[in-house]
Amino acid sequence: MNGPLELQGKRVSTSRDTEFLRMMLRIRAFEERVHKIYLDGEMMGMSPHLSCGEEAMAAGVSAALRPDDYVLTTHRGHGHVLARGTDTKKMMAELCGKVTGTNKGRGGTLHIADCSLNVLGANGIVGGGLPIACGVGYSIKYRGTDQVCVIFFGDAASNQGTFHESVNLAAAFKLPIVYVCENNLYGLSTPYANVSATPDVADRAKGYNIPGVIVQGWEVNKVHEAAVAAVERARAGEGPSLIEGKTYRYYGHSASDHRPYRTREEEEEWKCERDPICTLRAKMTSSGEISEDQYNKMEAEALAEAEECWKFASESPFPDPSTVMDYVYG
Amino acid sequence: MAEKTYKDAIREALDEEMARDETVYLLGEDIALFGSIFRACEGLCAKYGQRRVLDMPISEAAIIGTALGSALTGLRPVAELMFIDFTGVCMDQIANQVAKIRYMLGGQVTVPLVIRTQGGAIRSFAAQHSQSLEAWFMHIPGIKVVMPATPYDAKGLLKSAIRDDNPVLYIEHKNMYNLKGEVPDGEHLIPIGKADVKRQGTDVTLVGHSLMVLRCLEAADRLAQKGIDCEVIDLRTLSPLDMDTVLESIAKTNRVVIVDEGHKQCGAGAEVAARIADDGFNYLDAPIKRVAALDCPIPFSRPLEEAVIPSTDEIVRHIQKVLA
Repeated sequence: MNGPLELQGKRVSTSRDTEFLRMMLRIRAFEERVHKIYLDGEMMGMSPHLSCGEEAMAAGVSAALRPDDYVLTTHRGHGHVLARGTDTKKMMAELCGKVTGTNKGRGGTLHIADCSLNVLGANGIVGGGLPIACGVGYSIKYRGTDQVCVIFFGDAASNQGTFHESVNLAAAFKLPIVYVCENNLYGLSTPYANVSATPDVADRAKGYNIPGVIVQGWEVNKVHEAAVAAVERARAGEGPSLIEGKTYRYYGHSASDHRPYRTREEEEEWKCERDPICTLRAKMTSSGEISEDQYNKMEAEALAEAEECWKFASESPFPDPSTVMDYVYG
Repeated sequence: MAEKTYKDAIREALDEEMARDETVYLLGEDIALFGSIFRACEGLCAKYGQRRVLDMPISEAAIIGTALGSALTGLRPVAELMFIDFTGVCMDQIANQVAKIRYMLGGQVTVPLVIRTQGGAIRSFAAQHSQSLEAWFMHIPGIKVVMPATPYDAKGLLKSAIRDDNPVLYIEHKNMYNLKGEVPDGEHLIPIGKADVKRQGTDVTLVGHSLMVLRCLEAADRLAQKGIDCEVIDLRTLSPLDMDTVLESIAKTNRVVIVDEGHKQCGAGAEVAARIADDGFNYLDAPIKRVAALDCPIPFSRPLEEAVIPSTDEIVRHIQKVLA
């Protein structure tokens, strides 16, 4: 596991595990801070949809990509955008509706995007990004590059008609798309199992004649391995793949969700036995890859970054109302 | 200028823009070998190949999503939706994604995308293939709405739409593909957002778009024989609306009849009427008159269908009323 590795195009001297751990800690710290800001009443609008517990998906998939690859994400997308290397201060400012935000305060949590990194945006509509991925895929093919498009979506989006339209088209045209399903078991309150014909989302891949794999979504290396294979296949012009990561969101769908549809025991079981950060930390500790001090330092850095983000966001100005019509048309 | 059909004017615009810009491509149902159901794409696949004239599955959300994703990443797609009625199956992609993405992203992207489609009645296509749904899209900021009423405008507006960096919904009329008119060869651009005075007059202003412009012109011809001088304004672009041209005309005629093939309730004509009331009330010597489709699904049987859509007779009657 040790040794240099290409991570987001940068040659890093630390081990892959260390980078994964650092990334997951940064995502966790950022979102925990977001949660607090929201509860403190400092964040306007709909409560943010947090991905705490799902960090291995973002970290593992993102590390399989080149800087010029494309990412489309979901309403639970902070982690994906962060993992692509966005300026977290700008992302936090966007969540707070500030003019310094990635989207200049026009989008907020549901529409975070950083096109300078080819992150074409989160999406407020469940399944809304799936057809757009086809266009990114077709454009790659049309322009004759070997880029890849990753589209994240949830288990619930797999029951939208757009899922069928998108995957069928991508498979028929062999588009360079990696479909990454984060199956966190519930679409808001509704268990996936209660409203779905197949036990796993990956089963659907058979119907489109593409590879469909299930990974333990809390094991970052397993997620990464699956993503590398799917990205290689897409880059080689062999078409799309579907990766389903079994995962769990620790918070509710959003802050108003008191989770009456699942037990506290179930939540504890996931947090204690399948937490992506604890899982990797335990492995690294037992192999001697990381010391307690090193972990604590890494965690403190992540917390400090989140705090710095809040400071930047809170000190940033709101957009000037006289600019409200900017960007309606280009 | 050569005389060409509306359909040929559209095809010529597509052909010229594809020749001019390698990033322009077409996608839609039955457009490649079949040449699109009203034949507006005929011959283009043979000339440009299936990479640039792409037959899509009957997956309207994927058609619009594909257009959008490619527009965000360097291409200029022209997506065809076979009937405007089918926007109902991809409304999220049009209204929530295409129209909003530039704004939601704080201007990080431009969306150079055209959706070509056709609407309108008078062919006994019944309720799901005859609608005039332009008002739905006028209500959504971020997408322009264009509706040519002549071959001349059809070519010039489509070329402008393809070069526009914003999403443009370009709505043809299914009853006009064989309409003939003068169309310039080669470069010919009509600016989006500019109405056109199709006939000069002094007694009353008729405001229409698409097929209703032709009916307004017919009505004007008939009334000219009775000594009534109608001015006919073709809106051409419904979003953004060019109210300056409309108000300038009303300042001169002091009377207005708005003719709309869409339903009366909340139709395009309702918006024009409201804006005249807001900004041109003082010009008026008579109440604003609206002639629009009945608030009834478009029927199949020809006599019923004709009863729903504004006829030239009905337009004439209403003009006479505002002049009484």
